[in-house]
Amino acid sequence: MERTLNMVQAINDALRTEMRRDPRVVVLGEDVGKVGGVFRVTQGLYEEFGEDRVVDTPLSEGGIIGAAIGMALYGLVPVPEIQFADFIFPGYDQIVSELAKIRWRSGGEYAAKVVIRTPVGGGIRGGLYHSQSPESLFIHVAGLKVVCPSNPYDAKGLLLASIRDPDPVLFFEPKRVYRAAKGEVPEEDYVVELGRAKVVRAAQGAGKAVTVVAWGAMLYEALAAAEQVKKDKGIECDVIDLRTLWPVDVETITESVKKTGRLVVVHEAPRTCGFGAELVSLVCERALMHLEAPPVRVTGFDTPFPYALEMEYLPLAHRIAPEIVKTAEF
Amino acid sequence: MQERTNDGPPLTQPSGQIDHLAALYRQMFLIRRVEEESARAYALGKIGGFLHLYIGQEAVGVGAVAALRPDDYVITTYRDHGMALAKGMSARALMAELYGKATGCSKGLGGSMHLFDVEHNMLGGYGIVGGHIPLAAGVAFASKYRSDGRVTLCFFGEGAVSIGGFHEGLSLAALWKLPIVFVCENNEYAMGTPLSRTMSVEDVSMKALGYGIDRDRFFVDDVLEVEKRMAEAVSRARELSLPTLVEVRTYRFRGHSMSDPAKYRTPAELEDHKKRDPLTRARALLEQNGYGAERLAKLEAEVEAEVQDAVKFAEESPEPDPSLLAKTTYDGPFAA
Ligand SMILES: Cc1ncc(C[n+]2csc(CCOP(=O)(O)OP(=O)(O)O)c2C)c(N)n1
Repeated sequence: MERTLNMVQAINDALRTEMRRDPRVVVLGEDVGKVGGVFRVTQGLYEEFGEDRVVDTPLSEGGIIGAAIGMALYGLVPVPEIQFADFIFPGYDQIVSELAKIRWRSGGEYAAKVVIRTPVGGGIRGGLYHSQSPESLFIHVAGLKVVCPSNPYDAKGLLLASIRDPDPVLFFEPKRVYRAAKGEVPEEDYVVELGRAKVVRAAQGAGKAVTVVAWGAMLYEALAAAEQVKKDKGIECDVIDLRTLWPVDVETITESVKKTGRLVVVHEAPRTCGFGAELVSLVCERALMHLEAPPVRVTGFDTPFPYALEMEYLPLAHRIAPEIVKTAEF
Repeated sequence: MQERTNDGPPLTQPSGQIDHLAALYRQMFLIRRVEEESARAYALGKIGGFLHLYIGQEAVGVGAVAALRPDDYVITTYRDHGMALAKGMSARALMAELYGKATGCSKGLGGSMHLFDVEHNMLGGYGIVGGHIPLAAGVAFASKYRSDGRVTLCFFGEGAVSIGGFHEGLSLAALWKLPIVFVCENNEYAMGTPLSRTMSVEDVSMKALGYGIDRDRFFVDDVLEVEKRMAEAVSRARELSLPTLVEVRTYRFRGHSMSDPAKYRTPAELEDHKKRDPLTRARALLEQNGYGAERLAKLEAEVEAEVQDAVKFAEESPEPDPSLLAKTTYDGPFAA
């Protein structure tokens, strides 16, 4: 049966589905139990599954993530929540030094199947420490998978796929569209396979076209910009929702760029060493001779995330559209 | 632990003490009124993001800062409006920052949780719980290194006691015998979770034992008592260069932040705490001790005018210019 859910509800639904199916799944984090989480994503789980499976922890990100790794080593499937991605860094050591390396350094004898859920990105005027998009800091660490859904259907399917994946996953939830993104979500169990991007808008006709890659909350901005350049200039766009950032579906992007010859990557994180840099490299390695224009990144700025000027800092449609036009008219 | 009573004995100090209490009451009242106005502006959408109010806890910051010299250092959490005002930041600079205006203490780029005021040695509000505690140890190290005689006051909530930064900061301060006071404002809740569900002991000050440093623990009710107890810890820091962990038992009257309806506690519990509001108590003491209704009214009217002026200033100030973002952190407008 299908219902219209928002992202918060869809993620809650995925957690509930998997906790009913698999008794090894444990949720832990600050305020996740009785309160139901800062964004209410775990609401009702404490009541249904009890305090042994929905664990309120002290304020201790290193402890939460470290303990989750230990649980995973001996057969549990922990799904810790970090209240905001910005607070993950006290636990970053555990992620980088331990979580990412366990399978490899134990010669495959141990796996650390941990899914760390955390809200990411700007758009709620949170300023410095409630707005960041640190995905590339995790992608860069060999051994981690990184996911960022843009809509409720994908959120449920990707979270179920992540929890069933044998390895650690960072599951970034775009908080700007937590409640704004609504859509049909089946009640049934289903997965959206990791590592598969989706072309959510396809260029029509044989005119000038541009490939636009985005994920999370910025997907909607990319779509709005694509609509606008079509209306204003007749420029067509392939808009690709990456969904899984790592391992990245480079084939889908390359295939599109081979058709359009133009690439615009959008992300909220600062520009330098952002994931856009890697995407551009990957495409250049595979499709350099197809390019008609230099690839472009529309990103956050190389400064901390500001409280004022948020709508300038974020790569919103008003910043993406002119870049699409420039690329098309290069 | 001392007994809690609502009405202390009448003050028997000389009149200078009354004026001193009036000055402390003025600060607490200013903080409360600034925050009430900021809550209104928040409801109107003029202030965005997160707004963590200090209402109910004012006597901690005001009493503690009263025990300091003006050049001493204060460093605190995101619940920082009260501390900034107590340390001397103007209501204008604070309110403009909350509004995200260019005239704010951090040019509008920091907002509520990240106030700074170099002039008054207010080293910031910090949004990552516990992150500032080792920093505070470093600040105190610098004081000791330079023999400048200054003391560092480091504030945090009881939630911070579970994170590594707290332990690393205390460990260093104890080892290096630093002139610092760690002040845990124990308001019983870390966001929606009560202390009893997140810590194996109820007495936060016990954490001092493992580091071999002094500790103190008391209720916030009386701002003069807060000042007195803090003064002991401050003098231990200044005279002997020894750290202290002080736990002040307090309570926030509002939710964790503006977006928290605080459903995890009962109205009766809240009412009970409001009956012991340190502001009410300080005001009553002033009245009982002959400060005079007229002077009290004048003091409150002055604060009111200051608050309204700050709001007007914030409303009328310009937004920061987007060109601020064009440069990177170190070659931009704030470069050395
Ligand atoms: C490292 C980190 N983890 C989590 C948070 C989210 N958070 C902000 S305040 C808070 C509760 C803190 O409670 P407490 O230390 O008691 O201070 P209070 O808010 O009561 O003043 C939490 C969990 C954060 N800001 N930083």
